Order: sequence, then structure tokens, then C-alpha cells
Amino acid sequence: MSTLGFCNLSISYGGVVAVNGFNDILHAGEWLCLIGPNGAGKSSVLRAVAGLVEYSGSVAIDQKEIPTTSAKWRAQNIAFVPQTPLIPDDMSVFDYVLLGRNPYIKHFASESTEDRQVIEKVLTRLDLARFAKRMVGTLSGGERQRIVIARALAQEAPVLLLDEPTAALDIGHQQQALELVDDLRRERGLTVVSAMHDLTLAGLYSDRLVLMHQGSCVASGDARTVLRSETLAEFYGVSARVHHEADGTVVVIPQRSINN
Amino acid sequence: MWFALSGFLVICALMVGLMIGPAGPQWWRVPLELVDRLPLINVDSGVSDADWNIVWLIRAPRVILAALVGAVLSASGASYQGVFRNPLVDPYLLGVASGAGLGATIVFAVRGSDVFNWWIDPLPLAAFFGAVISVFVTYFVGTSFGKSRSTVALVLAGVAVTSLTTAVQTFILQRNNDVIRQVFSWVLGRLSSATWGDVRLILPYVVFSCVVLLMHRRLLDVLRVGDEEATALGTNIRRVRLTVVLAATLGTASAVAVSGLIGFVGIIVPHTVRLIFGASYRRVLPLSILFGAIFLVLADIPSRVLADPAETPIGVVTAFFGAPFFLFLLRARRTQS
Repeated sequence: MSTLGFCNLSISYGGVVAVNGFNDILHAGEWLCLIGPNGAGKSSVLRAVAGLVEYSGSVAIDQKEIPTTSAKWRAQNIAFVPQTPLIPDDMSVFDYVLLGRNPYIKHFASESTEDRQVIEKVLTRLDLARFAKRMVGTLSGGERQRIVIARALAQEAPVLLLDEPTAALDIGHQQQALELVDDLRRERGLTVVSAMHDLTLAGLYSDRLVLMHQGSCVASGDARTVLRSETLAEFYGVSARVHHEADGTVVVIPQRSINN
Repeated sequence: MWFALSGFLVICALMVGLMIGPAGPQWWRVPLELVDRLPLINVDSGVSDADWNIVWLIRAPRVILAALVGAVLSASGASYQGVFRNPLVDPYLLGVASGAGLGATIVFAVRGSDVFNWWIDPLPLAAFFGAVISVFVTYFVGTSFGKSRSTVALVLAGVAVTSLTTAVQTFILQRNNDVIRQVFSWVLGRLSSATWGDVRLILPYVVFSCVVLLMHRRLLDVLRVGDEEATALGTNIRRVRLTVVLAATLGTASAVAVSGLIGFVGIIVPHTVRLIFGASYRRVLPLSILFGAIFLVLADIPSRVLADPAETPIGVVTAFFGAPFFLFLLRARRTQS
């Protein structure tokens, strides 16, 4: 269980500002969903936490600033699931998930029995044990998404970052993947940050939404607070109806232009 | 299990390599003589001293050298394919081949057709330093573009350095066209003049290079998911890449120094191993070392006897037998899956 704090996080790529003074704090076990139009800086925030881009300001886990020098420490505390992971087709599922143990294995050593046990547990938990020897290239889209999550779990990190976890999945597998993440974070007390485009799903699964626009946070709160049609019109330029279900679910329905 | 079997195959290949040759004792007498030479065992093998000298002073160093060169070229090839994430890369990628070629050409040109008696053979040294210098220049230029896209910059720098050294080499050759034949035969690779001195010369480099590469086998698996994900998994990719490239280059340069440019081994052996045993570097690297040794020892046999008494360049043999076998393997795999 760990908290994750951002203090004045700023990122620029060669002079172009992508994130401008982002502040937030997640309590342990919270699921925060970053939403916002393309280029708003959602992915950049995730990539900064994962140590893939240089940033100013600070990111802290349990009020301890992430050291920029130790890639291993970072990988033991933060697991990152990229939007389009590079999955080598001719690698077995076991070998692929084993990569998640990299931060625990000494530079030149091989995996220990403990590492193998961790992987077997993760594979069993994600219902992947029977695939262990299969080549990754023979798996379906939904199964591939599960092995990437399995690799992230093998890192045993308290913070899980998901960049567009449902982008390549059909509606059934989207639901499965998000249910899985939700179950796992409750079981393990993971603190989750995800970037998502599907606003209805984002509101449905996360504890809190942060709407980003041009590198800054412009709205934060639960789905009812953030997902309002005038807010969406202002920052996405979309004309959409927001429908409130009886159980509290907020549904965003895009509207077709009347002229056609 | 697989490692034990492959190790056994290496010993078999070495034995066959010792037994067959255009001159010397009948093939079946060689193992008998070897047994005879073990302490406390006495077998009458009927091998004369002159025949034994052929086996021990001419064939044995050649067989051992073939094994060492094959092992280090395959290991380097597999590692280069790993760090550059490109299956078509061979260990000569970053200018090893052209640098060594230039070094060797300079020696041939300076020496000309008259035979000096140098107190040390300058050819392996020139080839070795040519290779190392040209990779050093490639690395220096390639990484000075900043850290973004470093593999692409590196490969492009390798292409540029290769063109430059090749241009210089061609210029020298045109000025000294009496040595073209010698240079050409060197470029195709040869093990014919192998001595125990050559074995001693490259053994430390080959062992060092193979050990370092073997130690990186797990990290090469991590690199397969790309620079970003490997970084997010806690790997210092720049350090891994630099160490692997340096170790592979050192090994390749030492191999090139004594055997010339033996093509194809660094590509075909790792891929064959991948097709048969799977693509994890934790298996590919050790098995490439063993199968590289086997492949080159066996390829050297036809190169001795095919055009007897002349030598067939080993580079010709590796391509001639290796390419069809590889195509067959690719096809067999495709129909299987």
C-alpha cells in the first residue's frame, strides 16, 4: 500500500511543454484515471513516473521522492503497462512474464526459485498457467493484454501505471481487463494510475477522474463532477449528452450533428 | 540435457575433424593413437611419427581454431542481433569486417610479393587493430548524436565507416594490383595456415568474449521488449548495449585476425538454434557457442578435401552448405506451424 504524490511536475520535449505544473496526490489503493483529449499530457505523466522522460518537479511514493538514478528501485516500486507493448512473438509466456522479475535479479545472475514461484502464482491468478509454454505470438488480443498485466504483477510493485489498457480490445475484453485490474488492486492494495479515452469506462472503474488539457489539470473529482456536457464541450470540443443511471453510473453519449 | 548432448556433439565434431584430411594416417587409426597416448594405456595404432605430426601439428590446431572461431562468431552474431533487435545483423555490422580488411590490405601492399622475414606476423595484428579502430570510430560517432535513437545512429555510423574504409582499401588495391589475389583469398576466410601459435593468440579473447556475452544472456532477453520497456523494467540499456557490443567486437576482431572474413556463421548458427530450441537468449547464447564450433569444424573438412590438393575457401563452404540447410529448416518450420 503506497501513496503517490506529484508536486509541480513539468515535462517538455525539446522546448515544447507537454505537462505544466501537475499536482495531485493519490491515497494508497486509489485508482486515478487521467482523461483528456489527445496531446493533453496524460501519457507524459505516466511516462515520467515510469522514468522514461526527464521531468522537473517531483514524484514521490510514500512521500519519498523517486530517485532518478536507480532504475532498479523504480522498477521494484512502479510497474508500467505501455499502450502498445512490444511483444516478441517467439518468446514463451513464462519467459515473457519472467522479464517482470528483472528488477530483483542481480545483473549477471539467473532467476531464483523464488522468482519462479512468484511467476507461477501470477500465472495461476490470471488464469494463464496452461499457456506457460505457449509462444506469445499464438495468443489472442485479450490473452496478450493479460500476459502484459502478468508481467507488471511479477514486478510486485505497489504502483501500477496503465497507458490506454483497453485501446486494442473489444467491449467484452475491455470489461474483463478492467475488472481484473480492479480485483487485483483490491487484493494487493495497488495504487493505480491509468490514462483512458473511453469516458464511460473511466468513470465506471476509477475512484477519481482527472481531466487534463494542454498539460494541466482542469477538473478533478468523481465521474459526476468531471463528466459534464459543458466541460466536455469546452475541452474535447465534443457535443455529447451525459446520462446518469439510477445506480450512479455516468454514461457519455456522443451526439450526431443536427445538420446531417 | 540439450547442453550435454550438444557438448557431446562438439567432441564428436572435433574427433571427425582430426580424423579426415588429404594426407596423414588412415582415418580409423587416429582415435586409436589418441587412446594410446593416454597414460597407462597401450594400443598399437600403427601411426608413424611423421603421420602423427600431420595430425598434431597441422590438423589439430586447425580443428581447434575452427571451433574457437565458429563459437565466437556465432555468439557475437547472436548478441548483435539481440542488442540491435534486428535478425539480419551479423558480427561484422559496425565495421569489423571492413576495418580488418583495410588492415590486412595494408600489410599485403607493404609486404608486396617479396617475402620479408618479419619477426612477428603483422597480418593478424593489422587485421585486429583495423577492426577495433573502425568499431571504435563507429561507436564514437554513432553515440555522439545524443542518446535518442542511438541504435539507428550507430548502424548508420557503421555504414559510413564501412564505406570509408572500403574506399581506402580499394584505392590501395588499385595502386598495388599484384596483391589482389592474396587479399581476395583473405577476404573469403581461411584456416589453412593455422598453427598452435594462432590458437594461443586468440584463445584469451575468445574465452573473455564468450564469458561476457554468456553473462548477458538474460539481459538480452529483457532488451527484446524495446528500449523503453527494458528501462521501465529496471535495466540500464546503454550500459548493457555498450558492454555487449565491445565484448562481441573483441571476439570477432580476434577471430577475423587469424581466419579472415568467414561469412554466414554469425547469422545462420544463431537462427538455426532459435528455430530448433526457441528464441530465449538464455538458451540461444550457450547453444550458439556450441553449434558454432560444431558447424565450423565440420565446414572445414570439405574445405580441406574438396579440391585436394588446393584449399577451398571456408567462406565458400559455409555458404554453400549452410544456405540450403537453412532454407530447408525455414521451410520445415513453416509447414510444421
